[in-house]
Amino acid sequence: MVIPAAGGRADDSSLHLRDVAKAFRKEDGSTMTAIERLTLTVAAGEMVALIGPSGCGKSTLLRMIAGLERPTSGAIHVGGQPIEGPGAERGLMFQDPSLFPWKSVRRNIESGLVARGVLHRYRGEVDEYLKLVGLEAFADAYPHQLSGGMAQRAALARALINHPKVLLLDEPLGALDQFTRMRMQDEVIRIWQARRTTMVLVTHDIDEAIYMCDRIVVLSPRPGRIERAIDVPLARPRQRNHPRFLELRAEILEMLHFADGGPTGVAPAPGGSASGAGGRP
Amino acid sequence: MSSASQVMDPAREEAALPDDSGPAGPGDFFEGRPRPVAALAPAGAALLALLVHVFLPDRQFSPPSRLYAWFLSALLAGSLVMGGLRWTRGRLGAWCRYRSPLVAGAIALLILWDLATLKSGWLPQPFFPGPGQVLAAMREDAGPLALSTYHSLRLLLSGYAAGVSAGLVCGVLIGWFRTVRYWGMPLLKVIGPIPATAYVPLAMVMFPNAFLSGAALIALAVWFPVTMLTSSGVANVPLAYLDVARTLGAGRAYLIFRVALPSAMPSIFLGLFMGLGAAFLTLIVAETLGVSSGLGWYLKWKQGYLEYAHVYAALAIMALFFSGLMTALFRVRDSALGWQKGVLRW
Repeated sequence: MVIPAAGGRADDSSLHLRDVAKAFRKEDGSTMTAIERLTLTVAAGEMVALIGPSGCGKSTLLRMIAGLERPTSGAIHVGGQPIEGPGAERGLMFQDPSLFPWKSVRRNIESGLVARGVLHRYRGEVDEYLKLVGLEAFADAYPHQLSGGMAQRAALARALINHPKVLLLDEPLGALDQFTRMRMQDEVIRIWQARRTTMVLVTHDIDEAIYMCDRIVVLSPRPGRIERAIDVPLARPRQRNHPRFLELRAEILEMLHFADGGPTGVAPAPGGSASGAGGRP
Repeated sequence: MSSASQVMDPAREEAALPDDSGPAGPGDFFEGRPRPVAALAPAGAALLALLVHVFLPDRQFSPPSRLYAWFLSALLAGSLVMGGLRWTRGRLGAWCRYRSPLVAGAIALLILWDLATLKSGWLPQPFFPGPGQVLAAMREDAGPLALSTYHSLRLLLSGYAAGVSAGLVCGVLIGWFRTVRYWGMPLLKVIGPIPATAYVPLAMVMFPNAFLSGAALIALAVWFPVTMLTSSGVANVPLAYLDVARTLGAGRAYLIFRVALPSAMPSIFLGLFMGLGAAFLTLIVAETLGVSSGLGWYLKWKQGYLEYAHVYAALAIMALFFSGLMTALFRVRDSALGWQKGVLRW
């Protein structure tokens, strides 16, 4: 039951960003550099977190990998193929589940198959995905009838149905309450371990990054650059209160200048820099 | 066209029927009163109407006819059945419980009408015939009225269908494609607000026959609101839906027809309702000005002969005809926008 993903070699799901830069033209005609010459390689099957204060261009980076925006310069390759635009081999999931409200859960999950015109071939898989995310009983429910966690699970199934090589997660659990969120983290890890999809997770939550990812890329803001990349050497399943876990978290907090009484090296983004990361004790 | 008053939702009222509770629930309106009174109210009103009509002396000349007395007797029988059905379970019983005050009220209006015209001569003839005369006119002219209704319906639906089709196409084009929007929007803003009826002189010379010119006028009247609301619905599709669809492998056709259009549906239905109201208005104007058939034409024709009973007969049929079409459109909307229940209340 393997769907050959569109484009590139079917087995290679590595992600390469080379000298990627993104500048936006502002209304007064000046340009604003959001991301500056960023180079990053994500190995096939790796789960990488992008963290950093608001304004460091995390979401922009993710949208460029998804193909929804073009880099001003530099190149992005998935499985050796350059990215020309959005495609089914790169799934995307937002903080807002963005389920199509006029479709039932089943029809939402089917969307990717319908969009690619292959529903008739893979119709049977829809039930597998409903089961994978535990929504069999809600197949015919409409999005407004779902809780936040259920809606996000449906969005996850919808993003996975095309067997993407890379799954891009833009703060997917940010709007959930703490308990639902921890449960969902385990679900994503379970699916990732089963499928070995390459995943890039943008998050504000340092604990989430440490708990879920193989590697944490810390970005600095305005313009976005890689401040540091940290390997997470903890064995899975991880313990949220393991001494090394806490050590790592302190290290990252310090790097983001929240541990030593305020930002010094990194210019704080007005208003929003402390929103997620700094808010956690 | 009082489309504002028609944008109350008969379907939702009925949907709330089976359980009689809830905030401002329709069913508990008469809850505190002795039930037999509520049950017998329509029958009582019908009986009173019959007594008034048969036993009070006429103060106004009217051709002798028993038709209205028979009609009231039938109403009385129907009311009694309705009163009995109140105690049955299920939808029909609930409907009878909910509607009986309304039926009684409607019959009371008939009594007042009879009193103000036939029984007192208070309202001047021939402009205000009594209900009996209107009913007699309906029977007398049943054939022409049916034919007129058919002609009106045919003209209205032809024009409406053409206007909706054109409006949907233009709306999607203007809403989706930036270039079409740039050129189309100003045109729409300039041409759209002119009432379609202002084009009567033009339509009469541009089309080979009255039917086509009438249909074109109706289509034009419908086209504007449908185009406007379709394009705004399509242009305002939440970007996240489009982004998600793109990353699912969607092409342009999928984005337009499977994302933008369904997402614009609530807005499109607003346009359809406004268009239907505009279509009614334009239909009647077209039929009184150029088209020589249909209810509007019948109205004007009978007015010329001062046959006001027939005018009222045509008005009554028009009321049923228009509200029937509105209700039908509400039903279509409810089945098409079922997914919205609980998201929006409107």
